[in-house]
Parts: sequence; C-alpha cells; structure tokens
Amino acid sequence: MKALFVLPSVIYLLIMFVYPFGYGIFASLHPKSGGFSVANYAAFLLDPWQARTLWVTASIAVPITVLTVLLAVVVAYTMRRGIRFERAVTTALVLPIALGTVLVAEGINGFYGPKGWFNQLLLVAGVAEPSRLTHNYTGVMIALFVQHFPFCFLMLLGYISGVDPTLEQSARVLGARPWAVFRRVLWPLIAPGVAVAFALVFVMNFGVFPSAVLVGQPAGATRTVAIAAYQAAFEHYDMPMASAIAVVMGGCQLAGLAVILFLRQRMPATGVATVGAGKR
Amino acid sequence: MAAAVGSLRFRLTKRFGTKTVLDDFALEVRGRELITLLGPSGCGKSTALNLLAGLLEPTAGEIWLDETRIDALPPERRGFGMVFQNYALFPHLTVRDNVAFGLELRRRPRAEIGERVGRMLDLVQLGGFESRFPSQLSGGQQQRVAIARALVIEPRVLLLDEPLSNLDAKLRLEMRAEIKRLHADLGLTAIYVTHDQAEALSLSDRVVVLRDGRAMQTGTPADIHDRPGNLFVADFMGYRNLLPVTVTAVEPDGRVLAEAAGLTLHGRATGPLAVGRSAVAAVRPEDLVATDEPAGVNILRGCVRLTEYLGREHDLEVALASGLILRARVATPVGVGATVSLRVAPERVVMLAAEDSAPP
Repeated sequence: MKALFVLPSVIYLLIMFVYPFGYGIFASLHPKSGGFSVANYAAFLLDPWQARTLWVTASIAVPITVLTVLLAVVVAYTMRRGIRFERAVTTALVLPIALGTVLVAEGINGFYGPKGWFNQLLLVAGVAEPSRLTHNYTGVMIALFVQHFPFCFLMLLGYISGVDPTLEQSARVLGARPWAVFRRVLWPLIAPGVAVAFALVFVMNFGVFPSAVLVGQPAGATRTVAIAAYQAAFEHYDMPMASAIAVVMGGCQLAGLAVILFLRQRMPATGVATVGAGKR
Repeated sequence: MAAAVGSLRFRLTKRFGTKTVLDDFALEVRGRELITLLGPSGCGKSTALNLLAGLLEPTAGEIWLDETRIDALPPERRGFGMVFQNYALFPHLTVRDNVAFGLELRRRPRAEIGERVGRMLDLVQLGGFESRFPSQLSGGQQQRVAIARALVIEPRVLLLDEPLSNLDAKLRLEMRAEIKRLHADLGLTAIYVTHDQAEALSLSDRVVVLRDGRAMQTGTPADIHDRPGNLFVADFMGYRNLLPVTVTAVEPDGRVLAEAAGLTLHGRATGPLAVGRSAVAAVRPEDLVATDEPAGVNILRGCVRLTEYLGREHDLEVALASGLILRARVATPVGVGATVSLRVAPERVVMLAAEDSAPP
C-alpha cells in the first residue's frame, strides 16, 4: 500500500529522466552510418576541434566555480549575524535568479560592452584603451558569476548562519583570534556544505550554453561542450553524435561530482549534526 | 595544578539602543571566591558575564583583573574560562581535541598537552572517553567536557553561564556537587550565573541578586535566604506570602510589631522602618505551622481553598477572613473547606518596606 505513494515520483523519474537518459546513451551507440559502435565517441574525442571543447568548458567552469564559491563564503561569512539593510542587499543579490539567463546576458552586453557604461566610465576616468569584456572568455565568466553567485550565496548563508554562535564565542574565550576561529571552528563545520555548493555550481557552470553564445565567442574561445552538442544536433542533424557529446559532458560532470563528494566524505564534520535550521 | 588566583573588580553599564540592560553594576570578586549572579531572565546576569568575557562591549565602565585593566582586551587575551549553557562543544572535534583546543592555541608542547588533557579528563571522570565525539555523549558528560575544556587552560577566572539548566533534575544535583568539589579542590575564582535559587545557595560564597540590571542585594547565601533586604529579593527567594501591614511599633532590639485587618504580626526588620508606615510581612510557606489556637499574635486563621500533594508535605492555599490568600506547607493532610489556624515564629517574619511598584 505504502509503495503506491512512491509511484507518482517513480513514474515522473522514469519518464523525465531515466528514459531520455537511457535513450541518449542508446542513440549515441548507434551512429548515423549504422550498426552498433562507439564510433561517435571516437570521432568526438579524436577530433581536436571537438575534443578541445572539453578543455574550453573546464577552463571556464573550474575557475569561475572556485571564484563564485570563494566570494560567496566571504560575503555570507560577513553577513552571518545580520547587517544593516540586509533585506535590500539580499534582494539585490538574488534578483539575477529571477531575471533569467537571457536578460542577464543582454544586461551584461549593455553594461560591459564596448560602448557600455562600464567602458564609458573607464574613459572618463582616463583609461585610454578599455579592455574588451564581452563576446569573449571574460564575458562568459561575468555572466556565470552573476547567475550563480546568488544561488551559492543563499545556500552558504544558510549553512554559516546555522552554526551555533556560541561555538565562535567559546573559541574566542579559549584564546582563538578571529582568523583562528574561522580556520579551526567555522571552516571545518561549513566545509561539507561548501563542498555541496561547489558541486552544484560546478555542474551548472559545466553545462553553460546560453551565456557562452550570448556574451561569449561561440565559434572560438568559448565554444563549450554544450555548443558542440547543439551544433551536432541542430546544424548537422546528427542526433546520435549529439547524444554522444551530451553523454561525454554528463560523464565529466559526474566525474567532477565524484571527486568533490569523495573529498567531502573525508571532512571531519561530515555527518556531524552541526547546522541548525538556518538563519535565525 | 598551579592554582590561578584572580580578583576581579568591575563597574559596568550596558545599553542596547535605548534599553539599559546593566545599570552601573559594580562588584568586587575576591580571589578563590565563587560568586553567583542570581535573577530572573532579563535581569542582565548573562549580559554581565558576556561583558566580563569580552564577548560584548560595555557602554561604560571598567574591568580590573588584579592590577590590570582588561576591558579593552579581546576575549582571547583575557585568559578566562567560560562554560556555556548549551556546552558549546566543537562538534567536529573529539573529546580530547575539544579539551586540547585552548592549549594548542597557546602552543604548548604536545607531550604537555597530552598530559594535561588526560589529567583534566580524569578529574571530571571522563577518562576513556577521549576519542568520542560530543554527539556520542550524554548531556552530563558533555557538560563535564565543557568544564574540563575551560579549566585545562588554568583560567584566572572561570565564568559559568547557567551551566546546569539543560540537565535533568537528578543530573543537575550531581553536577552541582561536582562543580562545588572542583571549585574547592582547585581554588578557582568563579562567577556563576543562574536563575535557580537552590543552585545559588548551595554553591556560592556570595550571591548577588539582580533585577533590571541593578544589584538588589549582595550577601552570603544565608543573608539572602534569611534576611532579604527588599521585597524583590524576598519574593525571588521563596517568601511567597507578602502580607500588607501597618507598622505599629519598632523596638530597640529590631523587633517590629505590625497590624493588618484582623491580624497582629511580630517580626524582624532587615532595614529601617517607621511607625505608622505601610510595610510588607514576608513569610515562607514552610515557616507556617498548624496550631490549635484560634487567634493571637502571629496566628493566621482561614479556610483551605486548595491543596497540593507534594510527597512529604502538602501545599495549602488558605483564604483569610480579610480575603488575603496565604500559602502554607504542612505535614498532615487537610481537606478543602476546612478551617485551619497557622502560626509563624516572629523570627521567621521579615518586615520589609513597601515598594511603590508592586513586586513582579
């Protein structure tokens, strides 16, 4: 009887996840040329122009994930006991989530573009040759940061403000300076949470598509795996090839997750009930 | 262990916005003394402790430890030990690492840390628990770790913030005795915050009763218990019967005669009282004794309205003829509706000046 209640979610998972995923793998193993082979994978990984997308994606996803998580930790840490105008600040930080990728990308083009406000300001400030910030690697980095920072920040604020403040106080009284409190008490306690945030932001960044097209240079510097898959599917109409690329991309994301979760398992505070219900 | 003696003098004011939590609260704690800050929640006792620890900044005032002014020092440089109500153990560290925390920050050699941690855990009877995590310990064991962690650094002053209030009744009595033993053995200067009068009486060398950020009375446990200086302290220390009376005579030996509707009470004063002024006669329920005499000096007669069985005794709610309600504690059961006479010894009646504001 109880099993029946699980049924809707099982059906949902089967239809929305297991079937498409299985179909993708199945399709990727049946190349257009016919038969059953790993030819698509070989073609993708052996073609330097295609295989390069993996390196391009990683070189975007890894640094911007590190940067996003690092900044989110710093900001959430400073805000852990509340600040002035907190609601306004949090709203401003969270707004990009509500606006959607395309609008944010347009905004970035407008603000950081060659004739955008940012460069105009630099000109006024006397910078003769402002650097190019959009339609290249930097543009994608900015877009991904704007999109994923709020999410990461909110998640970490929950973790950090959930740590019992008397732990910090007792560490102080026992002789720890603020930095030692962070390193010896707060960091070990939030590290498992930071790992989860890192994993999620990494996966989102690795799948970057709209930003790479809209504020990047989709034919060159920011030709990510997702763009390669898109081109295979909708420019060359080679679904099996597109599926193979998508599977490789998924494999990379899973590998990243595996590494992060492995490291998380080895953290001293993993599995320890340290974090309360969240902010106040 | 080298006993750490610190005498502490302070005078502190703390305001949060317009609210004054601590109003020029001054105290001198002698070396090796255990002093309790006692009061209801919101009286400022925990704020005082946090100010002493350096976790809050005073609005005004100063703190002197022996001959050094320390109120500008951050908490980590005061060398105090602190035990928190919720223990505040580091959940990611073992018992050993929790206790070693303060010594590691002081960069003591490894061998010394191991030896001191071991000795301290033996002292709080937790030998053998070194590798456990806090979540694997009972509440009482966690509190022992918290005490060991605070004591191992040989603090100049130990601060305890309601350390027993999260424990169940039986464990609370055990830990109370344990804290008393540790204090006696180690000769510590300690400041203990609690709202529990029994804890304050049993542990302290001196007690400070706080109300709204001011000291209402400072004295030995016996002083506070037997000679409350004002209505608030009397009420807080269990004088549940506060009878409004008018003073008729004050005798040279301190005896006070007073009257109320149909009552004549003899008692003793703990402060100045003037003849003809209104006062309050404070009487503990357990000091009322059933008697056969129907009337007389210090005899109160009324009708039992409610009884509560307490095991060894019975709590009575008695309505006097004047309408006043009296609470008494008697050894033998009495039925509801019965008329009883109760007598109280004159030395058990504390005559206090009436306050303009009613007691809380």
